[in-house]
Parts: sequence; C-alpha cells; structure tokens
Amino acid sequence: MRSVKTILLPAFMLIAITGYVNAQCKAFAKRECLPKLISYTHDGNYHAAVLVEGEEAELYKTFYSDMDYRVSIVGDEKLPDIEFRVLDANKNVLYSNKDKNFSNTWDFKLQSSQQLKFVIKVPSATRSGQTPLSGCVAIMFGFKLKR
Amino acid sequence: MNKQLRIGSGIGIGIVLLLGVCLLTNCKGGTKAPQEDLKVDIKDKEAILQDIKQAEKIFQALPSPLESAMLIKSAGARFEAKLLNPVSNGNNYVTNKAMALNLGIYTCDLSFASLYEQTQLLIDYMNAAKKMADGLGILKAIEQEDIDRLEENINNSEVIMDIVSQTFMNSNSYLEDNGQPATAAIVLTGGWIEGLYISTQLVDMNDFNGNKLVGRIIDQKLSIDILINLLNSSKGNPAVDEIIVQVTRLKNVFDKIKIDTTPVRPEYDPESKTTVLKSEIKTDMTPEVFMELSKIVMEIRNSFVI
Repeated sequence: MRSVKTILLPAFMLIAITGYVNAQCKAFAKRECLPKLISYTHDGNYHAAVLVEGEEAELYKTFYSDMDYRVSIVGDEKLPDIEFRVLDANKNVLYSNKDKNFSNTWDFKLQSSQQLKFVIKVPSATRSGQTPLSGCVAIMFGFKLKR
Repeated sequence: MNKQLRIGSGIGIGIVLLLGVCLLTNCKGGTKAPQEDLKVDIKDKEAILQDIKQAEKIFQALPSPLESAMLIKSAGARFEAKLLNPVSNGNNYVTNKAMALNLGIYTCDLSFASLYEQTQLLIDYMNAAKKMADGLGILKAIEQEDIDRLEENINNSEVIMDIVSQTFMNSNSYLEDNGQPATAAIVLTGGWIEGLYISTQLVDMNDFNGNKLVGRIIDQKLSIDILINLLNSSKGNPAVDEIIVQVTRLKNVFDKIKIDTTPVRPEYDPESKTTVLKSEIKTDMTPEVFMELSKIVMEIRNSFVI
C-alpha cells in the first residue's frame, strides 16, 4: 500500500499542477503572444508548452503562397530570450532570430507554398548547481491576404 | 499538438494504470503489494515517461478552419451554401467523435460564410458550432455573448474573424489543456477535410489547367503528413484509429501528385520588413487523379456528416 501511495500522491499532485500550469500558460499566450499578431488575423490555433532551459520544441506547418504571415514566439519573462530557427524541407536554415537580436516576431511570405519547420529553443543561462529555469513558451501564427 | 497536453494525456494513462493497480490490490492499508505487480508498474511508468519524452517537443500544426476558408476565398472560389453541412444535422451528432468532427466542420463552414458576408448563415453556423462544443463539454468555448457580439458587428469583417478565431482557440486549447488531445486532433481533422471537400467541389473541370483553386488543393499534399502525424500521436484511441484508416486512403492519392520545388532562397525586403521565401514550384496532378481525390474526400466527408 505504501508503494501505491508513493506513486499515486505525486501523480495526483502532478495532475493538479499540470492543470494549473496549463491554465496559466493559456492566459500567458493570450496576454503576451496574441497581441503581437496585431494587423494579422490569428489563425485560431494554439501552441504553448512549459519548457525548461536547454529544451527545444519543434513545430511543423504548411504555409501558402497567397498569404502574408507573422509568427509570434514569446517566452515567460523569467526565461532567457527564446531562440528560434526556421528550416525548409531540406533542413536549410531560412531564418534565425539570433541574427535579429532575438526578435519575438517574424514577418514572412512565400513565392510558393512550403512546409516549414520551426525549432524553438530556451537557451541555458543557469550556472551549474542552480536549478534550471522553466516557463511557458507560446507560438502563434497570424495571416492576411498578400498585399 | 501541445506538449503539456501530451504530458497531460500521458499522466492520464498513468493514472488509469495506477488506479488499476489500486483496484487490483483493493487499496487496503497494511497489505503489501506483490513485488511482481510493482515491477510491472514501474516498467509501465518508465514506458509512459519515455512516450512523453519522445512526443513532448513536437507540434503538428494543421491549417485551422479559418485559414482553410481564407485559402478557398483567395483562390477566387464562389460561395455555395449547398456545400455546407446543414445545421439541422447537428441533432444527429451524439457521440464525441461525431461532435468533434462536426465542431471542426461547422467552424470551417462558419468561417466560409463569414468571409463571404453571409450574415444569417454565419450566426446559424456559430450556433451549430456552439452546440457541438457544448456537447463535448467544452466550457466557455462559444458563449452567448460571442453570438451577441457577432450580431452587433455583423458588417465588420475584422471583428467577425477575430470572434471566429477566438472561439476556435477556446475550443482547441480547452481540449488540449484538459487532457483530450485526441478530441482536439479530431476537431482539426473535421475542419481540414471540410475545407478540402468544399475546394474540390468548387473546381470547374472545364477550367482545370492553371486553376488557382486546383493549386490550393495540390498544396494540401504538404499537410497530409502533418495530419497523419497529428492523428498518430493519439493512435490507440478507437475513433482516431478509424480516421487514420480513412485519411491513409487520401494520402495514397496525394502520393500520386508530384511537387518539385527549387531550393528556398530567403530575401529580406526592408521596405515591408518582410522576408520573402523565394522558390519555384512545379506540380503535376492529372484530372483523373483529381477526380479520384475528389471522390475519396467526398466519401470521407459524407461519413463525417451523416
């Protein structure tokens, strides 16, 4: 019984914490990420996750030649600046926000439709011995018909 | 798919397993669980954690219903109300799978109606989508005040698109945040299939070559693997497994379409502060392949709306 309790208690606590963190992350995405899409129409999709320093996330999406796009990638203020790279199907890097002072938005359009991969990374800023920081990272896309 | 929700789903599975252990051991105080059972638990737990670790960092982003509708309009397609799923069908959807599929379908239909300024239809379809969301137990996805705001701003397309986008985000984020990634994936599938169905039905075969809408349909080949990966992340869910079989039929036809792209060259335009991703594309879809695709899309979509 003790072993079951040992497993169940942390599991239930984890569920409660996860639910709370999810709600916080969604509120963060709406508050901090969505407004940066201003002048674009948010596509309605929601991508957000709690990432730890050093962790990476990947996102795959098709973009169309008729549209202008803006991506907004925002991390919790306690995290270091979020890095993101955009790659084509052949893994060529098309954009890195490291070259743009870690800008959290990127405006782009395509001559022909492509599937792109976004690699989002929380860089490590914590010194050894310190607990790695974690926080919400939200990714949202806006579009409008090409000018 | 959202990382946390995958974690949520994994935890959900873990809890079911753990509760199963609790029932098997009757959860009686002082009774030591057999060592063998405990070993299995730890093994399962490790497997679950491994699953979570593998899946946690990948998002498969399918075009939203609003984006699909926008693509149809941008291709110069006309509006055809008869292609939409009648709102009266809403009463037929009683299972979670049917409600999830038709939440996506009605959201696509209402997006389509909103882009073509079909005001009454827009409100009807918002109510139909609300019915599906309510049936799925999605709290506060579409509230009466959203519908009132829609009616007040019926001639303001920007506000309307904002409401459509927000209500869709409310639905899919609620499902993902509450450990229902399979249902969220089914909603997205419904919306994507509806967009593809409307597009294929609007193609004029007398104007096939060079038709912009045909080009948009070919572009969906780029999303079919995203859709399959999205569904595969909830494999094992019976409703999802059924849909995977149907979507695989579609993929087999998309595989007959050739898309050749030259390497992408990013060029920054300082005037518009926009990066232009330049590349040339060559595609090849015969009318026969289109007809086959169109037939399968119709069969799938009809199986969703009956």
